[in-house]
Amino acid sequence: MAKIYDTTVELCGVKLDNPVIPASGTFGFGKEHNEFYDINILGSISIKGTTREARFGNPTPRIAECRSGMINSVGLQNPGVDAVVAHELPELRKIFRKPIVANISGFSIDEYAECCAKIDKQEQVAIIEVNVSCPNVHNGGMSFGTQPEMAAEVTRAVKAVTTKPVFIKLSPNVTDIVAIAKACEEAGADGICLINTLLGMRIDTMRRRPVIANKMGGFSGPAVFPVAVRMVYQVANACSVPVMGCGGVESASDVIEMMMAGATAVQVGAANLKDPYACKNIIEQLPQEMERLGIERLSDIIGIVK
Amino acid sequence: MYKKAIYSVLSNEPLTNGVYRMVLEGDSQWITRPGQFVNIELEGFYLRRPISISDWSDNTITIIYKVVGRGTEVMSHMGAGVKLDVLTGLGNGFDADADCQKPLLVGGGVGVPPLYRLAKELIARGRKVSVVLGFNRADEVFYADEFKALGADVYVSTADGSMGVKGFVTDAIREAAIDFDYFYSCGPLPMLKALCGCCEQDGELSFEERMGCGFGACMGCSCKTLAGNKRICKDGPVMKRGEIIW
Repeated sequence: MAKIYDTTVELCGVKLDNPVIPASGTFGFGKEHNEFYDINILGSISIKGTTREARFGNPTPRIAECRSGMINSVGLQNPGVDAVVAHELPELRKIFRKPIVANISGFSIDEYAECCAKIDKQEQVAIIEVNVSCPNVHNGGMSFGTQPEMAAEVTRAVKAVTTKPVFIKLSPNVTDIVAIAKACEEAGADGICLINTLLGMRIDTMRRRPVIANKMGGFSGPAVFPVAVRMVYQVANACSVPVMGCGGVESASDVIEMMMAGATAVQVGAANLKDPYACKNIIEQLPQEMERLGIERLSDIIGIVK
Repeated sequence: MYKKAIYSVLSNEPLTNGVYRMVLEGDSQWITRPGQFVNIELEGFYLRRPISISDWSDNTITIIYKVVGRGTEVMSHMGAGVKLDVLTGLGNGFDADADCQKPLLVGGGVGVPPLYRLAKELIARGRKVSVVLGFNRADEVFYADEFKALGADVYVSTADGSMGVKGFVTDAIREAAIDFDYFYSCGPLPMLKALCGCCEQDGELSFEERMGCGFGACMGCSCKTLAGNKRICKDGPVMKRGEIIW
């Protein structure tokens, strides 16, 4: 008789069938990937980063290929929180029955708070994921996520207006990720999600100009996986709140490695763009990878590496 | 509806110095319109290569591509039997049922290939098809004879005058005083712009952009139109003349 491999995990009281969650910005609002497979097999979905106002985003080209990854500079294109609530979430509800992760971005403390307060009222939203990699327009454009006090301020503002678990999604472009994660935890964050993309750049040597219109963008893909594992490990060991790991995950083996480093759930990003079936394949591989590694219950291995 | 499947290279031959025609063997049922594209995974490259579909049969897909970088360079060396992971049936494509009798097809360089299947479909619908193909030099010209063989009136322009009309596609259209009531076009942006600047007729244009996924998920290839924000890969690559913001 085939053994049962338990892939369920629990994230701040939210039960997931498996730890696999497509990362924000790589899965839209689910519609496109649902044309390839039934997305209800996913643990959850982190929706396209939502801001208070509709945004077209950055000029194109927005994409640059790299060895073992890609740079994107989409610039948070989204229809704005009101349209997301009115149209995108009901559409997603028709094709995805599970609770979702709502990814929220802002350019001021007020915007974060207003946006999170609106999204918090949506029944299908189980977790609010706050992207603090955006520039603060009131502070010379410095990213909220680069200083512990600014990240904590966002956390406090969001926690004050929400009832659901709040995960702060951290930027890896910092000198001390632990200090920022701890500041968020102390400010009331229910969890930490990391890592966002690494700031990168490519140059078109023929045309002697940057490939990306905005010059720089976020580097992601398998090349960043070791950086992500390291940061997940550091943060999971320093904080007591759960961690969602993200960065370069491409296989069930990567998911397990990220969990051993300390992640309770694992997000899959760029892989969804290269292979629309990436998450499906990972989920299907999980039991055999668990068998190979002698794991019966996935939740047993969270942070097992000390 | 789009699909991912494994295809096998049947043939891969140069048409000119740098432009190749590759025939892939496999199911073409997910292609519904001329002007759609495939997105091909290449070993050793992170992103797929989006390439327009030139023609198809029940079990083959023909693509024509130009070597523009390392990825297409690798493709140009592929022999028969190579297996490729391909997303197919991507994009909206041209509307061969548009209300017209005398359509003009205008292709520039590697913008020419998707117009081939379109010409076939228009001719099958009894339309009187004129085709203008623009290239830089005579040695870059391809498919003029193939379009003629379909029964289209074919005009060629070359920038250096080494074949056909000297100048751009717009010069060939003016010089031949081509009578048309609708147009379909694919080629470099300056050509599309010039075309719209030289005629009043309604039409459809196919656009290019660097893409992440090719199926609408990443918002890497967005553009603004009069009909709202669109994704070149999913809501395009073909747009109606009336919705384009130049």
